[in-house]
Amino acid sequence: MNVPIPDLAPAVAELFMLAAACAVLLADLFVRDARRWITLALTQCVLAACVVIVVVTAGSRPEFTFSMMFVDDPLADALRLCILVSVAVLLAYSRRYLADRDMFRGEFMSLTLFAVLGMMVMVSANHFITLYLGLELLSLSLYAMIALQRDSATATEAAMKYFVLGALASGMLLYGMSMVYGATGSMRLDEIATAIARGEANRIVLVFGLVFVVAGLGFKLGVVPFHMWVPDVYHGAPTAVTLLIGSAPKIAAFAFFIRILGDSMEGLWPDWQSMLAVMAVLSMLLGNLAAIAQTNLKRMLAYSSISHMGFLLLGLLAGNGMGYTVAMFYVIAYVLMNLGTFGMILLASRRGFEADALDDWRGLSRRDPWCAFLMLLLMFSMAGVPPTVGFYAKFSVLAAVVNVDLLWLAVFAVMMSLIGAFYYLRVVKLMYFDDPVDPQPLLASTPSRVLMSANGLAVLALGLAPQPLMAWCMAAIQRSL
Amino acid sequence: MSSLPLLSLAIWVPIVSALLVLATGDDRRAGLARVLALAGAVAGLAATVPLWIGFDVRSGAFQFLELSPWVPAFNINYHLGIDGISLLLILLNAFTTVLVVLAGWRVIERRVAQYMAAFLLMSGLMNGVFSAMDAVLFYVFFEATLIPMFIVIGVWGGPNRVYAAVKFFLYTLLGSLLMLVALIYLFLSSGGSFSLLDWYQTPIPMHAQLLVFGAFFMAFAVKIPMWPVHTWLPDAHVEAPTGGSVVLAAIMLKLGGYGFLRFALPVVPDASAALSGVVIALSLVAVVYIGLVALVQTDMKKLIAYSSIAHMGFVTLGIFLFSNLGIQGAVIQMVSHGFVSGALFLCVGVLYDRVHSREISAYGGVANTMPVFAALFMLFAMANAGLPGTSGFVGEFMVIMAAVEENFWYAFLAATTLIFGAAYTLWMVKRVIFGEVGNAEVAALSDLTAREALILGVLAVAVLGMGLWPLPFTEVLDASVNELLGLVQSKLPAP
Repeated sequence: MNVPIPDLAPAVAELFMLAAACAVLLADLFVRDARRWITLALTQCVLAACVVIVVVTAGSRPEFTFSMMFVDDPLADALRLCILVSVAVLLAYSRRYLADRDMFRGEFMSLTLFAVLGMMVMVSANHFITLYLGLELLSLSLYAMIALQRDSATATEAAMKYFVLGALASGMLLYGMSMVYGATGSMRLDEIATAIARGEANRIVLVFGLVFVVAGLGFKLGVVPFHMWVPDVYHGAPTAVTLLIGSAPKIAAFAFFIRILGDSMEGLWPDWQSMLAVMAVLSMLLGNLAAIAQTNLKRMLAYSSISHMGFLLLGLLAGNGMGYTVAMFYVIAYVLMNLGTFGMILLASRRGFEADALDDWRGLSRRDPWCAFLMLLLMFSMAGVPPTVGFYAKFSVLAAVVNVDLLWLAVFAVMMSLIGAFYYLRVVKLMYFDDPVDPQPLLASTPSRVLMSANGLAVLALGLAPQPLMAWCMAAIQRSL
Repeated sequence: MSSLPLLSLAIWVPIVSALLVLATGDDRRAGLARVLALAGAVAGLAATVPLWIGFDVRSGAFQFLELSPWVPAFNINYHLGIDGISLLLILLNAFTTVLVVLAGWRVIERRVAQYMAAFLLMSGLMNGVFSAMDAVLFYVFFEATLIPMFIVIGVWGGPNRVYAAVKFFLYTLLGSLLMLVALIYLFLSSGGSFSLLDWYQTPIPMHAQLLVFGAFFMAFAVKIPMWPVHTWLPDAHVEAPTGGSVVLAAIMLKLGGYGFLRFALPVVPDASAALSGVVIALSLVAVVYIGLVALVQTDMKKLIAYSSIAHMGFVTLGIFLFSNLGIQGAVIQMVSHGFVSGALFLCVGVLYDRVHSREISAYGGVANTMPVFAALFMLFAMANAGLPGTSGFVGEFMVIMAAVEENFWYAFLAATTLIFGAAYTLWMVKRVIFGEVGNAEVAALSDLTAREALILGVLAVAVLGMGLWPLPFTEVLDASVNELLGLVQSKLPAP
């Protein structure tokens, strides 16, 4: 039997990541606990090398391989870069946090690499099965990472919840995919698109399948009404893992939306637009209102992430190049802010102390003025106040929505961000207006302070000069869709 | 015309100074922070002098234009330019900043660098608002001023500061977020431009104009503030430290009036004209009703805050009369109110620093122990009541004159301010300044220090100067207001 060897070149980054993740897994066996930093250094090297590979192999046109199941296009390159960089930053932030909690182990690093691999596969998928494989690789790694602290009751509960609901969502997704397959006769995204365009697919079956696909996607993104896992998982998971769940996977989920809805089911735009609109409205409403009632910062940020994902959907539901561009800008800006905020919680935590209650942030401006200032920037950015990147993210999404004549949605969204401003202001109030309980500055090492400063100032710099990032997103979307 | 980017200097000199002041760090180097802040404020004022000298009063066009692309993806430009209206407000802003830095010199002992930096930052940002010719640039500056003011009220404010700061922030954000949607709508309907000059030429259907006007109205009516969305102002004024109150009253409220002139009138003239009756009615309610509310206040700062709302009623009245005299009067009133209310808040600050009370009943007979202060306070009170010869008279008189031409009853109701204004101001002065020495604390008062006398003296000169010789101010405005009205008339259907 003659097995054709596929063209491996477009997938070289993924193949490298697979090999490297296995290598790190093996190498870690020979590293003693005291020298665990070697594993971390190796992991960071892998991520850096992968960045180099992605940059070097970047092309300007889509390239397909593995019988058209896999695509390497500028969009995938851009998103892979964002995922790799954000995970590298995350690992740098979480080192001391993990060491203090006896979680600084090889499993954490290799599971992270596998999760990254899963996300990279997701963003370059051109086939339902590839998408699903990437998604499951990501999800399984995350389930294990949440439960890494085996004797923590909240972490185990969070892992269990995430696992059960995640399995349910995967089931729905697969069910929806099978319907679409039934209607169009293909699982390849481009073939589905042509089948829909030709109008020969059974529309009822197709829309029925679409509902399940959107539900599954909604779960991964964490939008209402598929949001129930978000607060518990954000709250229960160790902060380093929460940061992982809340950052890079959002980029992967964005890719998932773009590939399935924007690329292959563009012909069903009116159908999925109204579904996304409902989810967006509910997410912004519930996310913002529930966040007000929280006393735990991680939980508050979980609800805030629900509302941010609602905003992201606004960009997607515009259903045109501009909408996808601004949604990509939004998700990158959100990941940047999220890294900063959770990174700050990691820096503020100590052995046996999680700085996750809102009251732990009292008087930070007296204890550590610079960190308080960075957190202030991050909070105003989350609230969408200029001159931070959060403003441009919101602004461009609103522009995309008004552009498709959904003025009511834009007005609703700004009203919701007004409510959102309240709870972000509360964090600023705690840091600046209240007296500190504990006068010590944060116990952060100089490198992590430098990184945090770069992160916080990037939020400001991208708010003052959003053009490069905007142009980058635009180029990636234009060349890929 | 010089090639120096003068407007950019006026914006960025204070902002860069603010960063330098912040860099001095904690209170161990408070002295250095103060000196640097004063230097920054003076440099900021100096940067506006060439604008004043180089401004061509005969031209109503925008001057000192600067244009460079900022976010080409959305066709957003760094586009600056000023007319006479902006020029006066920029000068007022730079001038007030110096006084505010001086006023906080001794009083602020905690986190000095951050306090001073916040004011410098606000000064630069507000210059940006007054000179932005691009709607998004305007919006960015407009919103960014909220952050330092929020911090100023919340950190250095009174006992109820958190409530006041959050209320201030959310109230103003509510208005401006709706405006953001309107700006985006205008961007799309003008064929992809955020330039004000393009918007002035874009015809917009009436039903859309009404919605856009509603959004502008929310933003600017909250900011200025008009009855019934004024309730944040008394809280913010009372809780803010003296410097915060001064900047809030003298400049930040003017962002609202300026917004009406720069956006509402020329961009959506039909809706502005159609709804002018409503705005005028609300303005007259502010003048009469808020004047009466001011009468019964027992807290001096609250009284001045309510009097500010009543005076701002004059500004909106003047603007929506659609006449040259009315708009000039409104701008003159804004500038004059900047001097007068700033001075009054500084006076209350002088008393508060000594006695630590803002209640009128805690004073009495201050003239006996602080004669110099009493004389100046009296002058500013007279100006607040609109006495001829002071700056307060000029603007009010012009607006009333313009109102007579429009409708006698507008003028009649507006003129009641001369009675109510005199009543609440002079009654406060009587209870605080005159009479027997009220208590031991008043008896122990010491008169103005040299620094305080300098600040209030400069303001007294400004108030009298503007009152006795308003020509330099109206001269700057005349051509610009004519240009603005010409633009509005050309877009309105012929009557």
